[in-house]
Amino acid sequence: MIVIKNLHKTFKTDDGDLEVLKGIDAEIKDGEKVAVIGPSGSGKSTFLRCMNLLETPTSGEVWFNGTQINVPGVNIDEIRAQMGMVFQHFNLFPHLTVKANITLAPVLLKRMTQQQADERAIELLKRVDLVEKADAYPSQLSGGQKQRIAIVRSLAMNPKMMLFDEPTSALDPEMIGEVLEVMKEVADQGMTMAVVTHEMKFARDVADRIFFLDGGHILEEGTPEQIFDAPKNPRLKDFLSKVL
Amino acid sequence: MSFFATIGQHLYDDFVVEGRYMYILQGLGNTVVITIFALILGLALGVISSIINVFYANGKRGPLMRVLKVIVSIYITVIRGTPTVVQLMIMYFVILTSGSPLVIAILAFGINSGAYVSEVFRSGIQSVDYGQTEAGRSLGLSANQTMFKIVLPQAIKNVTPAIFNEFITLLKETSVSGYVGIQDLTKGGDIIRSITYDAFTPLLLVAGIYLVIVIGLTQIQHVVERRLQKSDRH
Repeated sequence: MIVIKNLHKTFKTDDGDLEVLKGIDAEIKDGEKVAVIGPSGSGKSTFLRCMNLLETPTSGEVWFNGTQINVPGVNIDEIRAQMGMVFQHFNLFPHLTVKANITLAPVLLKRMTQQQADERAIELLKRVDLVEKADAYPSQLSGGQKQRIAIVRSLAMNPKMMLFDEPTSALDPEMIGEVLEVMKEVADQGMTMAVVTHEMKFARDVADRIFFLDGGHILEEGTPEQIFDAPKNPRLKDFLSKVL
Repeated sequence: MSFFATIGQHLYDDFVVEGRYMYILQGLGNTVVITIFALILGLALGVISSIINVFYANGKRGPLMRVLKVIVSIYITVIRGTPTVVQLMIMYFVILTSGSPLVIAILAFGINSGAYVSEVFRSGIQSVDYGQTEAGRSLGLSANQTMFKIVLPQAIKNVTPAIFNEFITLLKETSVSGYVGIQDLTKGGDIIRSITYDAFTPLLLVAGIYLVIVIGLTQIQHVVERRLQKSDRH
């Protein structure tokens, strides 16, 4: 599904260049769920955001379904429509109702008629138990509800893959569970997923593979058992000792 | 003669004799026409140029964008850097030496207003969290679709008070139309003064009419703001 080769990303700042990703090679296969863990500032989010080119890689290659997407001439909108993204701060559209948030993209991109999109929205809202909020505005929802709606908004495009950028980091503790539950359900239905997260239990339970990022490199990757039960890299051991 | 009798005589001389109220009515008509059309032109120019500025700031820097950005920068700098009445006279006496004075005034005031509207909209667009743009783009929407369906509607809500401020300023700025021989509301009152030598009554009426229109605009602003705020209720 996604292949990344020698990915570098440097941000230009007033204090000089900041190299966040220093050569990352990775692959995520169809149906695979990958969790990306690591300390703050390790480049996890930048890595994820390079997958749908919300950040433009400084060098390296990003391939999606056999096409290199970080080259001129690629219709990136077309690619992004197949890759849902869920953000830390939800980024629901505050001027639109919940239903309009969900139906905007499918209708605007002519994937569905308004009526089809409305039906699909209601069906998805039922799945996350929020159908009674269809006509509410985002400001009337709790953080957990907002994030569940944000997931539904991405699913409405019928993406082939979903990217989650710290989806529970901005939530009150009691709301984390409801969001992880929805993510688990999405995973169970076979969605290919890349999840940047600090929820180690979720990573262990749901992920097929885990990437440990630190200092702009993937220092270790493996199954949850390999990462959590038999970590090899000293930085990973140190990280786990702090978060577990 | 008592004060009220004097006022009565003034009102009669200023507005009734020879149908002089028509100076006020025609002037009001011209003022309204110039304001409305200049408003529309200013909004169009302002929104377009603000979007060019924002797209450029967000890193869209192809050859066309660079040219457009330079044009917009010059436009805003020149218009904001020179007096409206000078711009009006340049438009009338230098650029468009023939043509309907009303159209010339609409162009001059519209182009002038557009520069201010542009800066208002730029601040409004930039006040919308960039996460909104990222969310739109991540769903596969183009930059334009994201701008017009997601960012601009929120920006409009943010800028409503400032935009009505600009409308009110525009209405009052049209009072310099007399400089190029257009008989607007202010000029109408001035013509009456020059006939009757009474400055007080016609100027008071003219000021009162501007005030009433501005109060009306303010009421419209409140209605618009209430409607735009329906998504804010908790």
